[in-house]
Amino acid sequence: MMSPAHYLFLSAMLFLIGCLGVVLRRNVMIVLMSIELILNAVNINLVLFSRIFGDIAGQAFALFVMVDAAAETAVGLAIILTLVRNRHTVFAGEMDLLKW
Amino acid sequence: MLDSLLFYCFAGVAVLGAVLTISRRNPMHAAFFLTTTLLATGGIFLELRAGVLFRTQIILYAGGVTALFVSVLLLVRSGDAVRQVRFGVKKQMATAVAVALGFELIVVLFLARRLPGGGLLVRGSAPVDQLPPNAVAMATSLFGDYLLPFEMTSVLLLVAMVGAVVMAKNRKRHERS
Repeated sequence: MMSPAHYLFLSAMLFLIGCLGVVLRRNVMIVLMSIELILNAVNINLVLFSRIFGDIAGQAFALFVMVDAAAETAVGLAIILTLVRNRHTVFAGEMDLLKW
Repeated sequence: MLDSLLFYCFAGVAVLGAVLTISRRNPMHAAFFLTTTLLATGGIFLELRAGVLFRTQIILYAGGVTALFVSVLLLVRSGDAVRQVRFGVKKQMATAVAVALGFELIVVLFLARRLPGGGLLVRGSAPVDQLPPNAVAMATSLFGDYLLPFEMTSVLLLVAMVGAVVMAKNRKRHERS
């Protein structure tokens, strides 16, 4: 096993790239994908510390995070689908129904 | 030696795939690069001896979530999306914030390395051959300590599924027929 710092660094990189995707991209589909990246980075940390401490609870929590991510993706994509049907756009900047 | 080689291989693929995911114009390409990243993360899980999570990652993420993304992408006409500008207007500000955050992370991690134990107050992790079987340990944990949260996730998934179906239902076509 590599040193914990390696895994932490990888996790931080993935988290950062995911954050950049959420902030920078305008296509809501890709924003949703970036959120998946962020959740994956968190999972790496959970599994790493579960391995270091020899406690399986971290892996159980990683499993719960995965289930959450799946539920979130399903609901998010349904919202996007409805938005595309009603507003004909996938861009976050054009979803301004409440603006006047 | 093999461990570090595998780690660098998987980590490189994961980071490269993540960068390509957020930088591709075509959402379909982004979805495939996202799959690459998720599979590489699964490899990292396997390297950390989390076999159950490795399988779950492949079945749930690389199988389920990606299929969901691709099928919704096929329903959404992305011709306009490809032609449009990729990034929003607040690019400079967002980049500055991200660079600051990344710099902070790097500094903290490099400073932490100098502390005893890599900055982590832990004893050395257990050797690989002394770990209990991963599936047994996971099952004991999920159906013992975390039984209630585990059952609640099933309710959560059911609610999410019903919600997604209700929201994505095409009402106009329904009324017409």
